[in-house]
Amino acid sequence: MSIAEWRQQLKLGKVSSLELVEEKLARIKKVDGKLHAFLEVTSDRARADAKRIDEARAKGQELPPLAGIPFAIKDNLCTKGVLTTCSSKMLEQFVPPYESTVTERLWNSGAVLLGKTNLDEFAMGSSTETSAFGATANPWNLARVPGGSSGGSAAAVASGECIASLGSDTGGSIRQPASFCGVVGLKPTYGRVSRWGLVAFASSLDQVGPFTTTVADSAEILQVIAGRDSRDSTCLEVAVPNYSETLNNSISGMRVGLIKECFEQNGLSDEVKKSVLESAQKLQLLGAELKEVSCPRFNDGIATYYVIAPSEASANLARYDGVKYGYRSMSTDNLSSMTTASRTEGFGSEVKRRILVGTYALSAGYVDAYYKKAQKVRTLIRNDFDNAFKQVDVLLTPTAPTTAFKVGTHSADPVSMYLSDLLTIPANLAGLPAISLPCGFDEAGLPIGMQLIGNVLEESRLLNVAHQYELEAGVMSGSPAGELIV
Amino acid sequence: MTPSKVAWEPVIGLETHVQLGTNSKIFTSASTAFGDDPNTHIDPVVCGLPGTLPVLNEKVLEYAVKAAMALNLQIAEHSKFDRKQYFYPDLPKNYQISQFDEPIAEDGWIEVEVAEKGKDTYIKKIGIERLHMEEDAGKLVHAGSDRLAGSTHSLVDYNRAGVALAEIVSMPDLRTGREAAEYASEIRRIMRYLGVSDGNMQEGSLRCDVNISVRPGPNEPFGTKVEIKNMNSFSAIQKACEYEIQRQIKAYEAGEAVIQETRLWDEAKQLTKSMRSKEGSSDYRYFPDPDLGPIEVSKELRDIWHTELPELPAEKRHRYADQFGLSQYDARVLTDEFSMAHYFERVVGAGVDPKSASNWITGDVAAFVNLQKLTYSQLPLKAEQLAEMIQMIENGVISGKIAKEILPELLTKGGSPKLIVEKRGLGMISDPEILSSIVDELLATFPTEVEAFRGGKTKLQGFFVGQLMKKTSGKADPRLANQILSKKLKA
Repeated sequence: MSIAEWRQQLKLGKVSSLELVEEKLARIKKVDGKLHAFLEVTSDRARADAKRIDEARAKGQELPPLAGIPFAIKDNLCTKGVLTTCSSKMLEQFVPPYESTVTERLWNSGAVLLGKTNLDEFAMGSSTETSAFGATANPWNLARVPGGSSGGSAAAVASGECIASLGSDTGGSIRQPASFCGVVGLKPTYGRVSRWGLVAFASSLDQVGPFTTTVADSAEILQVIAGRDSRDSTCLEVAVPNYSETLNNSISGMRVGLIKECFEQNGLSDEVKKSVLESAQKLQLLGAELKEVSCPRFNDGIATYYVIAPSEASANLARYDGVKYGYRSMSTDNLSSMTTASRTEGFGSEVKRRILVGTYALSAGYVDAYYKKAQKVRTLIRNDFDNAFKQVDVLLTPTAPTTAFKVGTHSADPVSMYLSDLLTIPANLAGLPAISLPCGFDEAGLPIGMQLIGNVLEESRLLNVAHQYELEAGVMSGSPAGELIV
Repeated sequence: MTPSKVAWEPVIGLETHVQLGTNSKIFTSASTAFGDDPNTHIDPVVCGLPGTLPVLNEKVLEYAVKAAMALNLQIAEHSKFDRKQYFYPDLPKNYQISQFDEPIAEDGWIEVEVAEKGKDTYIKKIGIERLHMEEDAGKLVHAGSDRLAGSTHSLVDYNRAGVALAEIVSMPDLRTGREAAEYASEIRRIMRYLGVSDGNMQEGSLRCDVNISVRPGPNEPFGTKVEIKNMNSFSAIQKACEYEIQRQIKAYEAGEAVIQETRLWDEAKQLTKSMRSKEGSSDYRYFPDPDLGPIEVSKELRDIWHTELPELPAEKRHRYADQFGLSQYDARVLTDEFSMAHYFERVVGAGVDPKSASNWITGDVAAFVNLQKLTYSQLPLKAEQLAEMIQMIENGVISGKIAKEILPELLTKGGSPKLIVEKRGLGMISDPEILSSIVDELLATFPTEVEAFRGGKTKLQGFFVGQLMKKTSGKADPRLANQILSKKLKA
């Protein structure tokens, strides 16, 4: 059921906010032992919030748009007074004294916090397997990964543990798990949404966005979280359009570009390719014009990303030194080794790998060949998109080369894991908005996702096309893992 | 020691860190107040808590640009912040937000007046390579020892972390310790004139690092550079340079190498000592800070800020000499503090002769201000009141002696000199008729002395002047009284 439908149910008194919260808490209790989407469930707070909203409703007060809608929040978004761990031993005990802008805006809109969700440690990963607190399973098949790094937030929505959730996307961390879990995942334009309170991984790429079951829900949530924030200088001072208003516009004549390079990937599964091309046909039926476009540098995205993101991460994660907050090693008795020991013991291996890569890429003698070169390629990738958007209105690609892979598939080979973000990374490098929405199933019954990429700040168009597609294809209903069916 | 045969030339450059005196920190609203309890001026941004972001304080940009303009630097239209990375617990994020290859301003100069006892004062233009903005670090306190080594544990105070700094890098144009000290002092003076920093060296709002080497002659390549830190006064800068120049010359002459290192000035022992070797120079892994956008200063803004600049010390020094005919020394003393120069100019502006104004201000007034540790704006004697007093002397209403008599009251309480003179009945007697009758009375009182004078004992004139002053309580116009007295005695 969509947020709009729940709102109607709540308004008509068919269900109370408390009942809705209880239903979700019960669902979590039932399935999360198997899924492990949540790191912490904030039951007391959720019940108290729901009661407050019910009381306000009973008094006939005007309620904000998300009143009583239970949300799950990726555990790298700071929530005042609630543990925010980034799935790292380093921040296992970290309780922020401030609220992230996005969650503050959700709570101001009446949303209810159900709990914090699992992720790859510091959002570094594509499977949620690098979490220091255990992996999350894919609700469609528990032996499969939910994708990552926002695997917990994707799985929580897919399994019905919450109505919507927030994740963060640095190289595909919203879209790839959305694709793997069969839900809608939106990464806004870089700067559309404030990063205040989002624990930084790669600051020039990170962006917060929603996981939902419908495109309309994504539009509603973006409406709430988008817009300028004086606490984030990279947040754009551009008016926020009404995203819901344009969802039902006709897409007749909309030019949809199929990026040639994406469909020629070696690693692209035939089933995924076939499903996305069939979806393109559906868009054509709705009046869209299909056009093949070329982004010659598209495939350089992954190499570029794995220089820039670790470089920024190596600096962003330098603050975790055991001095001020977070994990402090007790195995040393002097200042200089305290930092080394705290970081050695507090970080997992993927995080350390990226810190090392980033430190190397920024080191004297290497910075020109790696970091600065990568910045140049980043510009070329952006130029490719600029050219493409001279010819088409939106771009269409598969979200990920494959459907959800088995747990442990890429554990021994980080590069093969990195390749699962091949198709999502370029939008981050170019700062473009992109959405993943379900477009079919493979033979194993696993969801397939397609990605629409828009030009800068053209979330409205993206959501419009995605919504029209969804109306045509129907909100995907599949068969989640047998163990989760009640 | 035998005198050196080689004409060693010292080459000195300064890196000056100026704390910009904004109320809040460079990237957050936490207070910049000095001297409060540890960790009372911190917030999540200062402490580098996860998820926090820096936002540039616009006032810092204004101060930095104004400082740069005053140093004749070219303001960059586009500039950016970079992250300078190194691990140290006083640095909350373990990187410092600074500016690396695109500073806010480059390529400037200042004029320094080098005055030293027993030597001719000369003016020298010193090149300035760049000015950039950055955040300050916190402070570590090592318990059980004054250094990390030997301490039982360390405490960190982040009050200073995130305070805005302007780092000003000079060209290696300085040649003596005195020049280095004068340069630093001129930088401080300019910053204080602009009101962008209090330049307090004891509190660390002005910190200088000296880079120094010597070479066997002016056209020789530079020698090995040594960095000196920890100088808390201008005289310490001078002495540290002088010590280090001699140390390096001695080393070279003894056939020893000078190694590239950082040395600390030891004020108590008056020498520099090695702190750390700089051999494998640090790699700070600079890269553009992705949390902060490009810094752009529009031409409009630059123009506005430029018009807000005050007249700077060097300009004032020149004007005081050219326009007012003051000596180089007086001009220098009067312009040392903006408030003193301002006071002086108000006195002159009231129509007083600049030299008289300068004499009174650099003399009695300055002595009182320094003794009472006042600023000129706190001084009870307002500029207009001092002007009134000096004009009373110029107009013959009071004598200089009377002026000195009423000055203590004026300095401590202020007030109108005219009223004080009236109230105390101290106005000068300059009416020839009154003075004539007083002189007549006097001559009648001392017939014997008059007789003696007329008999040739002309030295007695002094006796009659003394008696006249005594009789008039010092109020007689001395010049006129003397004239009348001479005339009547000789009659």
